[in-house]
Amino acid sequence: MFLISCPYCGERDQSEFVSGGEAHIARPKQPTELNDDQWAEYLFMRKNIKGIQFERWNHVHGCRKWFNVARDTSNDKIEKIYKMGEQPPKI
Amino acid sequence: MKNKYSIFSLIKNAFSNHENWQRAWRDPEPKKEYDAVIVGGGGHGLATAYYLAKKHNLTNIAVVEKGWIGGGNTGRNTTIIRSNYLWDASAGLYDHALKIWEGLSQELNYNVMFSQRGVMNLAHNLQDVRDLKRRTHANRLNGIDAVWLETDEVKKFCPIINTSQDIRYPVLGGTLQKRAGTARHDAVAWGYARGADEMGVDIIQNCEVKGIKRNGDAVEGLETTKGFIKTKKIGVVAAGHSSVIANMAGLKLPLESKPLQALVSEPVKPIIDTVVMSNAVHAYVSQSDKGELVIGAGTDSYVSYTQKGSFNIVEETLKAILELYPIFSRMKMLRQWGGIVDICPDASPIISKTSIKGLYFNCGWGTGGFKATPGSGDLFAHTIANDEPHKLNAAFNINRFVSGDLVDEHGAAAVAH
Repeated sequence: MFLISCPYCGERDQSEFVSGGEAHIARPKQPTELNDDQWAEYLFMRKNIKGIQFERWNHVHGCRKWFNVARDTSNDKIEKIYKMGEQPPKI
Repeated sequence: MKNKYSIFSLIKNAFSNHENWQRAWRDPEPKKEYDAVIVGGGGHGLATAYYLAKKHNLTNIAVVEKGWIGGGNTGRNTTIIRSNYLWDASAGLYDHALKIWEGLSQELNYNVMFSQRGVMNLAHNLQDVRDLKRRTHANRLNGIDAVWLETDEVKKFCPIINTSQDIRYPVLGGTLQKRAGTARHDAVAWGYARGADEMGVDIIQNCEVKGIKRNGDAVEGLETTKGFIKTKKIGVVAAGHSSVIANMAGLKLPLESKPLQALVSEPVKPIIDTVVMSNAVHAYVSQSDKGELVIGAGTDSYVSYTQKGSFNIVEETLKAILELYPIFSRMKMLRQWGGIVDICPDASPIISKTSIKGLYFNCGWGTGGFKATPGSGDLFAHTIANDEPHKLNAAFNINRFVSGDLVDEHGAAAVAH
């Protein structure tokens, strides 16, 4: 349980948000050219990091906007919040 | 040779104030080399070691555990055991485990307190009714006992359930598996540890794995906090930390680790003599032998390794519990805790070889691994010993995420697992 500072609405309880999982997994530009291994990698394989993880969150009970969060999964401490489309920060 | 536990040993030890019981397992330092090393001393890991020694004569093996045995999810789950899964592969896997549970206390000479008190799954809407009836038929075709109960039969089986049709999610019926039930989770870990230790397995606690040494495509050993251990076979049974271990070997798994919570109430006299699960409102409850209500809550939506969950998850579960069981409205909750569960996209486990020779993973049990402990250990031991899966776990290979041949129990078992 923790607070998340929505870049559009400010600090709110985590229960207002939903996690969209690992960030920066780009949809393949040429899906038809992917082999099965590459598809599996894109669809299913996850880093599932214990430590700083870059992930997507949606303020589902607020502005309903998506944004990125760099969060330490070993203690739920949020290191950085940044908007969709931005590059992950160096931490 | 271990002394046999019996009524006579109990009486004998009572005369010395229970101070002279034989140690249940040794506390050895790791040897330099083993034929196989199991990473993770939970129920599944200890069961794997037990069956490797017992069925495959691999006794020069070790179990390394970061903390103390049974201190992870083995000691944190709600102890529900059932095998009424929809798909054939799952039914085979979980019923294999259930059959071993039925004779486990005798086999281990350790009372795992397996109690076949039945598990009832409730339906709260038309889709639930259809899904659960379908599952009942599928179970019966697979030789698993399952019956459909109408609302009045649900009430008869568990009289404290509120079956009023005026509540937000009325009970429209349910399924019952009578062979299902609960067991004492710590005893499972301790029983397997004692059995494995007797056959020569080294159980090494407070020994954290820090790295996996590879030589090309094969494993060479483990870096641990107690030094390097050489081995050609590593079986990883690390539950929520599976991805962390996989990362050490340069592997990526289709897992997400999330907190799952449970809670117990103050102890009361016997009030509920079965296990009732309700997927739609996400409430499941049973009563421990101590008299506490054992309540399972849901997972959080985010990845976390903190072994605690969000308060709103507990709140939601308790709301549902109170609507279904108004009699509990003045109960006080005594303890709440979380465990980290590793969830596969299809909510089915992985018991598999990997692309690295000698590295095996048993993971992805998600929110429902306890019930499978004996079967999981048996099949994983088979996979490690023969370097090939048993036919019962062949479908649970890691390659299914590439081939697309998923065992989709997410849709079938919903949230409560």
